[in-house]
Amino acid sequence: MIEVDRETEPYLASFAALEEQRRGEPRWVRWLRESAMERFMGLGFPTSRLEDWKFTSVSPITRMSFQLAPHRANGLSVSELEQLSFLNLGRPCLTFIDGHYSPKLSTPGVAEAGVRMGSLADALQEGSSVAQEHLGRHALYTDQAFAALNTAFLHDGAFLEVPKGVVMRAPIHLLFLFTAGGTPLVSHPRSLLLVGRESQVDIVESYVALGEGVYFTNAITELVLGENAIVNHYRLQRESPLSFHVATLQAEQGRASTLISHNISMGGALVRNEINSVLSGEGAECTLHGLYLATGLQHVDNHTVIDHARPHCSSREVYKGILDGQASAVFNGKIIVRKDAQKTDAKQTNKNLLLSDDATVNTKPQLEIYADDVKCTHGATIGQLNEEAVFYLRSRGISREEARKLLTYAFANEIVSRIQVAPIRSGLEELVPRQLGKYES
Amino acid sequence: MLEIKNLRASVDNNEILKGIDLSIRAGEVHAIMGPNGSGKSTLAQVLAGREAFAVTAGAVTYQGRDLLAMPPEERAREGIFLAFQYPVEIPGVSNLYFVRTALNTIRKQQGLEELDAMDFLALAKEKMKLLGIDETLMGRPVNEGFSGGEKKRNEILQMLVLEPKLAILDETDSGLDIDAVRIVADGVNALRSAERAILVVTHYQRLLNYIIPDHVHVLYNGRLVKSGDKNLALELEEKGYSWLEQGAAA
Repeated sequence: MIEVDRETEPYLASFAALEEQRRGEPRWVRWLRESAMERFMGLGFPTSRLEDWKFTSVSPITRMSFQLAPHRANGLSVSELEQLSFLNLGRPCLTFIDGHYSPKLSTPGVAEAGVRMGSLADALQEGSSVAQEHLGRHALYTDQAFAALNTAFLHDGAFLEVPKGVVMRAPIHLLFLFTAGGTPLVSHPRSLLLVGRESQVDIVESYVALGEGVYFTNAITELVLGENAIVNHYRLQRESPLSFHVATLQAEQGRASTLISHNISMGGALVRNEINSVLSGEGAECTLHGLYLATGLQHVDNHTVIDHARPHCSSREVYKGILDGQASAVFNGKIIVRKDAQKTDAKQTNKNLLLSDDATVNTKPQLEIYADDVKCTHGATIGQLNEEAVFYLRSRGISREEARKLLTYAFANEIVSRIQVAPIRSGLEELVPRQLGKYES
Repeated sequence: MLEIKNLRASVDNNEILKGIDLSIRAGEVHAIMGPNGSGKSTLAQVLAGREAFAVTAGAVTYQGRDLLAMPPEERAREGIFLAFQYPVEIPGVSNLYFVRTALNTIRKQQGLEELDAMDFLALAKEKMKLLGIDETLMGRPVNEGFSGGEKKRNEILQMLVLEPKLAILDETDSGLDIDAVRIVADGVNALRSAERAILVVTHYQRLLNYIIPDHVHVLYNGRLVKSGDKNLALELEEKGYSWLEQGAAA
């Protein structure tokens, strides 16, 4: 008990110190934050005794003390920003520095009528009723310590409201930059993305470090899809090699809506991604694609939950990992099929490529099926490069090293090639081989 | 061009090649025939440098160099090509990219300029037409989802693009219908020249109606037990391989 106190106490002190700063926030936000803080203190940080944290120890996070990231001025210009972010996505873009919205580095203007896009802090300040209706209603914190912690400190992040029947032409880029270096900072970016009935949008969340230092990102995005809405969601994580990254995407899908999530994880010392979707309308479709690359001592943990709550929904999930050095990875994919969710069609695959003898992976598919007329399959593989394929390439003059590189990239390319937005795909076609090029084996 | 002396090779301590002697000169076409399990594919793969087989004795000289000391990629760059009996599927790598990378690696070795995507495509299209290969095959991942016939033709396509000095065909005719056999043979014949040599490894004589060999050898139980001209192949076709077993038993 004393140990738990020591871990959570600094966060409580930091929470109390916010009293003055947050004086102007709406009362319901204050109440939400307070109850989340209370819950966090009750839960404490997760330990490996919890099934969901069996293979991921958060002690590197709890051992360190982080200062809540302040709102600071920065000298960056938009053109420098474009160089930093490998994606040449252009407008519209919302930029956040250590979790705080930077109007100077943002280009929120869109041509489509009725679309609201900007900072969550502004939306809350202006008393947005839809924000009140949805914020904290999807990413529950009753038993999730990091969600409780994020909610307790929630302040800023992206806010997007796409009304009914709008097809957004350009992808929306949400760029989260972190200034690593000096005092280790913690930020809790919180985004709320509401996509109305029959609307279509591509949303890119990228997490990028401005330095190599230690910091802790604890992000949550709540995404709500109305009936027939179509969302392509991209998470591109390129945090600093010493950073801690805990992030959740919590989606709620209406009738016949389509969510395609692409989750690309490359950076970070300790990474925990949670991608969850509740299929709460009939005929909804959910596709989760993931790629994780880890080397050195990196640890990357992907937990996904697809909750089939209504009949005739389908889900497809493919997660692939490439691990080198002493890196470790966890994949836990849970598919829940509720009693009412007849005619569910769910398929899940996790494939891992281990390039070194010391890399490890723990993969665990979990099916919880309460309906009787469903089709669910899952499979997981862990393997090394196919030596026959290496020989085939070598027999054509390609060196052993090149052959291994080519085959490793090919493994990743199954995920990269499925990306529809051309600038993201071509950006990753450069970035992934560059990242793999750093690997020893 | 190729001098094999007393070559012995084994896999998992199981000896498969038990002393092979064979000499191939530039301009010649040799055929090695034999029943299943006689060591035909092992010989082909050992020559290409497959490390799964351990060479336990003997020597192989290729263009005056010690072939066995060269890694597989160097053998390829020096002009050795193996058309695989079972071409490997490589998901995620386009056939176009693969063949172009191979060609440019070899060209670089020869001090030639690398071909850009446009020039390469023009070259590949010309060869594909010759082999009756659907152009969409180039855009697909290497051998993935190809039919058996498509895989074999894809091997020959690579051979025509890479223009090897010594081409080794490992049961390229197996599983092909007669039209495809003819097309593949035409492809191989197009490559025949005074500077090149071809080693055809086959179970059946059929392919040799179209690729006329200068020498035919019978491989049985890890040894070349008989050599002759193209008539030996016809004799084998007529009599089958059972006489070898009787000979061995007696």
